Amino acid sequence: MEIFWYIIIAIVLAVFFVLDGYDFGAGIVHLFFAKTEKDKEVISKSAGLFWDSNEVWLVAGGGMLFMAFPTFYASVFSGFYLPLIIVLWLVMFRAIGLELRGQFKYQMWKDIWDKSFGVSSLLLALFFGIALGNIMRGVNLGGIENGTALYEKHFFFLPLWDSSFSPLSETPGVIDWFTIVIGVITVVTLTIHGANWVVLKTRSSINEKLKTIILNLNIILLILTMISLYIWYTINPNSFTNFIDKPYLIIFPIIYFAGIAGLFFIKSLKKEIHGFILSTAIIIGGITSSLAAIYPVILPSTNDVNESLTIYNTSSTEYGLSVALNWGILGFVLLFVYMIVQKRLMGGKIDKMDYGH
Amino acid sequence: MILYDRLQFAFTITFHYIFPQLTMGLSLLIVYFKWRYLASKVDKYNDAAKFFMKIFAINFTMGVITGIPMEFQFGTNWAKFSELTGNIIGQTLAMEGMFSFFLESSFLVLFLFGEKLMGQKLHFLTGFLVFLGSWASGYFILATNAWMQNPVGYEIVENGKYVLEHFSALFSNPWLIPAFLHNQVASIVTSSFVVASIGAFYLLRNKNEEHGKLFLKTGLVVGFVASVLLAMPTGDWNAKNVAKYQPASFAAMEGIFETEKAGAEIVLIGQPNMVEKKLDNKIAVPNVLSFLTYQDWSKQIPGMDQFNPKQLPTNVPGLYYSYHIMVGLGTIFIGIFGLALIFLWRKRLFSFRPLLWVIMFLVPFPYIANLTGWYVAELGRQPYLVYGLLKTSEGISPTVSSGNTLFTLLGFVGIYLLLGVLFLLLIGKVIYYGPRSLKH
Repeated sequence: MEIFWYIIIAIVLAVFFVLDGYDFGAGIVHLFFAKTEKDKEVISKSAGLFWDSNEVWLVAGGGMLFMAFPTFYASVFSGFYLPLIIVLWLVMFRAIGLELRGQFKYQMWKDIWDKSFGVSSLLLALFFGIALGNIMRGVNLGGIENGTALYEKHFFFLPLWDSSFSPLSETPGVIDWFTIVIGVITVVTLTIHGANWVVLKTRSSINEKLKTIILNLNIILLILTMISLYIWYTINPNSFTNFIDKPYLIIFPIIYFAGIAGLFFIKSLKKEIHGFILSTAIIIGGITSSLAAIYPVILPSTNDVNESLTIYNTSSTEYGLSVALNWGILGFVLLFVYMIVQKRLMGGKIDKMDYGH
Repeated sequence: MILYDRLQFAFTITFHYIFPQLTMGLSLLIVYFKWRYLASKVDKYNDAAKFFMKIFAINFTMGVITGIPMEFQFGTNWAKFSELTGNIIGQTLAMEGMFSFFLESSFLVLFLFGEKLMGQKLHFLTGFLVFLGSWASGYFILATNAWMQNPVGYEIVENGKYVLEHFSALFSNPWLIPAFLHNQVASIVTSSFVVASIGAFYLLRNKNEEHGKLFLKTGLVVGFVASVLLAMPTGDWNAKNVAKYQPASFAAMEGIFETEKAGAEIVLIGQPNMVEKKLDNKIAVPNVLSFLTYQDWSKQIPGMDQFNPKQLPTNVPGLYYSYHIMVGLGTIFIGIFGLALIFLWRKRLFSFRPLLWVIMFLVPFPYIANLTGWYVAELGRQPYLVYGLLKTSEGISPTVSSGNTLFTLLGFVGIYLLLGVLFLLLIGKVIYYGPRSLKH
């Protein structure tokens, strides 16, 4: 039952990164590449119409995590206190940026909210990547310093950074050079994904240029991925043993690299949706590979005193999980109905839609 | 410093609850307007539905972005509480995400932008689904809170964790239905007051008068009925529940310091004096509280002197004032709206400007009544997080220092100040342009 809920939550979070990922990415594209007012408007519209229904996936995922793995929820949310609250603030600035830009026609007004949308999208992508990097690297569970534990064995607290910025330090911070690399990988991935979304959903004047940008970013992504794998291996030589013990898990990295390989042919793809599917594969492959590598651990311990958090030592009771399964299935059936209805009514390019005024 | 954690939660939830209390009730009124339009094909009803949907959408967005921090804070600031009770309240919180947010957000987009694509009947249906989603959200939150007020269906296992024993008990909790109904009716009061207030504003400005009259009439009738339902029976049920399940809180909110020999008096006005343990400047009516609570004029009700001081709510004056402000405002609402209905019936309301001014400026007060109502529930639960079981002081995150909490509290105050200003600006703009601007 733990495994089942673990998979469900992983799917929900992956869907969240695919969906909200494209509007983060649209924000980054908007910040760096949109020059004309028309393009800026249409790109923020391509995110603005959908961001709130996408963010619901984060709320749902958080709720399920709370229900199924309460100890993990409590440990991680309090341990990453500052970065999480900062993420919340960024979510707010992004949302008001999107909602407010079209309200008045003054150029200054639009510029303020464009920047608010773009910069917070960029920072959010970076922070989410750093969060993933922290899960991959692990934390100092129990807060062991000089041999004494500061907290109970499943609690920890991470400062934003440690003076060495090194993942190999005894007390690594949230930001170190490994998590930064994962953060940058996330920014690059979501930029590619967002660019694909903009190409798919709009007729902006930069659509052709965006394809070139995707191509270049794709090369950077491949290089960074190789670097990150090397660093991860250095931090923890056991990082990849799961793939040797359970060879079928190799499917996840294959999805990831297939996405990257496919995007090298972005200019010759027949349909715009194909590009979007490829970047979706990168996101899903990347998240699932990282999770599969540490499974069944969900938060590795960097010290030898306390054991890592796993899906078994942080979960709810069997009864709670199985009751939730009943309503969970009903909920997902309903959800798919909504999604089909929504996609049938809201498909196609958005330029013609009646949005804002 | 648990103070900062409590202040941060109180501040963020207070600000958050400004928005859902409007959207839950307003979605019902929007469904009503849309239904009237389908039945009569008179344009003003459709204008009204679309106009209030714009106001709904702004409030919904604010509700989403101030709501995400609420869910997060269970983990960030109240980690011990989450760890110990997540097995139970995780159920209802996850169900909220599953059954209400997806529903609400999926169909809100369609309602806002899909009228031409879908046709009128489907448009009505999407409006109805948005209403359903927003009420489901309220239901699951109230189910969560009901468990904290009156824990049921649990079992305590190793490490002091509370685990679920009977899932259905979470929903048959006797605390839940009265609290849910009271809360939803209160939400209808807020929204109908907002509708009436905007109507009064248009009439006073001599602008959009046809719509103004519709808003005012609908808001007044619905608001009056809801205000009455708020007191009787829903408020009454809740007071009886407090008397039954949290007698110490009941004594504190009613301001009963000493147990009387026979029937207890009902306090109308007075200031709690915590040093001398009495009410200063008290005005009270003998025996009425006993009658209201137990339908028995001489039934004894235990005062605060009967309880161990450690079980009494930690902030007796705050609880007492919250309760009396809520009840006092509720009574005033019935009075003013009743009076306005008489004017409406006599066909004199639309030209009687002093009353229109009063109705227009009444708009902050249902918000205050709603929020103080929640303070009654939450201060009344103190010193516990889960009543009788888990102390508030035992629920905070063991690893987060007070310096960090103060930092984020200050950040929230600053950002919410900005959000509040922008919110008023946007709402002001919608009201300024009015329902006519939506015609094509």
